[in-house]
Amino acid sequence: MKSPQSLDTSMMKSATRQNTGAEDICLEVNDLDLFYGQTQALKSVRMQIPRQRVTAFIGPSGCGKSTLLRCFNRMNDLIDGVRIQGNITLDGANIFAPSVQVAQLRQRVGMVFQKPNPFPKSVFENVAYGLRLQGMNSRRVLDEIVEKALRGAALWDEVKDRLHDNALGLSGGQQQRLVIARAIAVEPDVLLLDEPASALDPISTLKIEELIDELKNKYTIVIVTHNMQQAARVSDHTAFMYMGKLIEHDETSIIFTNPREKMTEDYITGRYG
Amino acid sequence: MSANFRSWFKSGTPWIWLNAAAVATSLIMVVGLLVLIAINGLAHFWPAAVWQMEYRAEDGQVSRLVGEIRSSEEISAERLRGAGIDLDPAAGEDITRYLFKTGNRDISGSDFRWIIGPSILDRSQPEAAVVLERLEWGNFYGFLESVQEDGVTVAEAPAAWDELQPRLQRVQAIREQIRDLEKGEISAINYRIEGLRLERRKLELRGAATPEVLAELERRRSALQESFVQLREALDERYLAARRDTVTLTALDNRSVQVPVAQIVRAYRPNAMNLFDKIGFYLAKLWEFVSEDPREANTEGGIFPAIFGTVVMVMLMSVVVTPFGVVAAVYLREYAHQGVVTRLIRIAVNNLAGVPSIVYGVFGLGFFIYFLGGNIDQLFFPEALPAPTFGTPGLLWASLTLALLTLPVVIVATEEGLSRIPRSIREGSLALGATKAETLWRTVLPMASPAMMTGLILAVARAAGEVAPLMLVGVVKLAPSLPVDTNAPFIHLDRKFMHMGFHIYDVGFQSPNVEAARPLVFATALLLVLVIIVLNLAAIGIRNRLRERYRTLEQ
Repeated sequence: MKSPQSLDTSMMKSATRQNTGAEDICLEVNDLDLFYGQTQALKSVRMQIPRQRVTAFIGPSGCGKSTLLRCFNRMNDLIDGVRIQGNITLDGANIFAPSVQVAQLRQRVGMVFQKPNPFPKSVFENVAYGLRLQGMNSRRVLDEIVEKALRGAALWDEVKDRLHDNALGLSGGQQQRLVIARAIAVEPDVLLLDEPASALDPISTLKIEELIDELKNKYTIVIVTHNMQQAARVSDHTAFMYMGKLIEHDETSIIFTNPREKMTEDYITGRYG
Repeated sequence: MSANFRSWFKSGTPWIWLNAAAVATSLIMVVGLLVLIAINGLAHFWPAAVWQMEYRAEDGQVSRLVGEIRSSEEISAERLRGAGIDLDPAAGEDITRYLFKTGNRDISGSDFRWIIGPSILDRSQPEAAVVLERLEWGNFYGFLESVQEDGVTVAEAPAAWDELQPRLQRVQAIREQIRDLEKGEISAINYRIEGLRLERRKLELRGAATPEVLAELERRRSALQESFVQLREALDERYLAARRDTVTLTALDNRSVQVPVAQIVRAYRPNAMNLFDKIGFYLAKLWEFVSEDPREANTEGGIFPAIFGTVVMVMLMSVVVTPFGVVAAVYLREYAHQGVVTRLIRIAVNNLAGVPSIVYGVFGLGFFIYFLGGNIDQLFFPEALPAPTFGTPGLLWASLTLALLTLPVVIVATEEGLSRIPRSIREGSLALGATKAETLWRTVLPMASPAMMTGLILAVARAAGEVAPLMLVGVVKLAPSLPVDTNAPFIHLDRKFMHMGFHIYDVGFQSPNVEAARPLVFATALLLVLVIIVLNLAAIGIRNRLRERYRTLEQ
C-alpha cells in the first residue's frame, strides 16, 4: 500500500491539479488485453485520457467500449473468469497493483450506469451513501456536502423539499442526476458515464448533457455513448473502437470531420455499425 | 358443433372455469374446516338447558335423571331390538337416541349415558335445576336443598340459592389467595432453597466447603425455611377457612349429596338464565378457557399454559432460525464459489425440508439432549446430577429442534430474495467505494429483508403446528410451571412446557373422559389456528412495511 506507486489521494491531487494543460494525462492505458474466459474482449488497447476533458467512446455494440470503461474502476473484477494483461495508470500509479485497494480506487473513480440505479432510500441517504462509507456521520457536514453535490448535479432546486422522500419516487431523468450527485459527493477525480442518457427522454438527455459540460471543469469524464451526435456535442476527445480494438483516438472535431482511418469514417457516416 | 366446441376450447374459457373451480374448492374446504372446528369448539361453552327426565330403564325400573342432552341420533328399531332392548311396537321404525350428560361421576361412575326416546316417560326443564362445576369429579347436576356453615344449616331451599352466592364468592377469593401464595411466594422460596442446596453441593464437589461457608448457607436456608413455615401456616389457615361451608343437594334418584363449597368453581341455573345472562356466562367461560390453567387431566378449565408455551417456543425458534438461515443463505449466494459443492449443499438443504419431522425429534433427542445437554450438565451443572438440568427435554431443545426443522425454509426464501436484488444496485454501491461486505450490510440485506420475513412466516406456520418432534424434546401433558416467571433468570430454558398441538392430541386421545373432552379438542384446535394466524399476521405486517420501504427498481 505504501509503495511509491501508492494511490494516496491527497498528495496526488495537489501535485497534479496545478498544471491543467492540454497534455496533462489523467488515465493511461498500456497494451491492455482483457479476456472473458476464452474470448478476448479488448486487444492491446493503448490510449491516454487527458485531465478535465470529456472523452467519448463510440463504436458498435459489443466493440468493448463498456468493458474498457469498467476497467478504469475495476468493475470487471466482479465478473468470474475475467483475465487482464497490461496495465492502466491513474496519475501514474498502476490501478492493478496488488497494493491498491479496490474500494479506495472506486472512491477516486466514480461511475454512473446506463439505467438509473438509486438505492431504495431517501434522496438524502442516496447522496450521503458514499460519505457514510468513509465514516462521515456528522449531520452538519453531511447536510452541507449533500446540498453541494445536488447543486453540482443541477438537481437541488427540484428535490430540496423532498430530501427525505424515497428516491424511487423521482422521474427517470431526476434519478439519473441523483446518481451523478451521489457519485460526485465523494469528490472523485474521474467520472465514468456508461451511456448515461440512453434510458432517458430527450429533455432529460439535454439536461444531462448540459451537466456533463459543467462537470468537466472539475472532473475528468469518460463517457460511453451509442449516440454519435451526443458524442459530438459533449466530448472534447473521441475514441472509436471496433471488435475490441481502439481504432482511432483524437480530438472530437478531427474524428468527426477528418478521421484518419477509413473504418472510422464509415462508422461515422453510418455505413455500418 | 365440433368447430364451435373447438373454438370454445381454444378461447381458454374452460381453463378459466377449471381454475375458478379449483380456487373455489380450496376456499370452501378451508372455510368449511374453520367453521366446523369453530361450531364444535365454541358451542361447548354455551350453557345448555338442564333436563329432568322420568326414564324407564331396560329392567323396567323408573328413575329420575337430571342433565344435559349432548347429542342425538336416529337409529333403527331393529338394531335396538337386536341389542336385546324391549321396545313398544307402536314406537315406529326410527328411534331417537340421546347422549345424555348426567355428570355426577362420583355417584354414578360415568358422565354420560345413552337413553332412547320411547323410554322417556316425562321430561321438563325445572328452573331450580343447578349445575355445579367442581374442581374434581366433573359437573354436578341436581337441586339445591340447603347451605351449611360449620355443619349447621343456615338456609333451606328456595332461599339456599341466594345464600350460596356470597359464600361462593368468599371461597373464590380464598382460592385466589391460596393460588397466589402457592405460585408466588412459596414457589419462590422453594426455588431459592433448591438453589442453596445446589450451591452447597457445588462447594462440596469443589472441595471448598469450609465450615464458615456451610454455616452461612445453613443460616440462609433456615431463614428461608422459617418464612416457609410461616407461609405454610397462612396457607393452612386459608385451606381451613375454605372448608367452612358445604351445600346439600339432591341428585338423581333423590339421593342427597353434600358438596363442600370449596370444591365448587361455578354454580349456575341454566334454565333460569335469560339471554344476557347466558352471553355473560359464555364470555366468562371463553375467557377462562384462554386464561386459566387446566383442571381434571386437562378436560376442564383453560389452556393458558399451552398457548403460552406455544408462543414462547415459536418466538425462541424464530430468534434462532432467522440469523442462522440468513447467514447460511448469504454465504451460499454471495460468497461461496458457485460450483458442484454449492449445488450439492443447496440440494441437501432443499431435501432437509422434506425429512419427516419425527426424524428431527429423534435427532434432537439424541444430539441436543443426550449429547449436548448431557455434556452441559457435566460441565456446568454437576451439582444437580444425577438429576439432569439440560440433559432432559426442555424448551431450549424443542426450540432448537424446530429451528433446525425450519432452517431450509428460511435459507431458500432468503436466497431467493438475495437473487432478486438487481445487479445494478450492487454495482451502484460498489462503484461508490463500498466493499462487498458494506454493500451487503447497507443495501442488499435490507432490500432482501422482506424475503427473509417470508421465510420466517413459512417457518412459523410450520413450527407452530408441529407436534411429533416436540413429544420427544420437551413438551409435556401438564407442566407444573410456566417457562417464564419472576424467579431469576426469568426465562427457564431447561423447563418442560405445554403446547397446544400436543394438548389436542392428549385431550383427544389420552383423556380418561373422551366424551367430555371432545369439544375441548375442537376449541383448542380453533385456538391453535388463531394463534398461528396472529403470529403470521404480525410477521406479514412487518414484511409489508419492509416491502414498502425497500421497493426495488423493477416495478
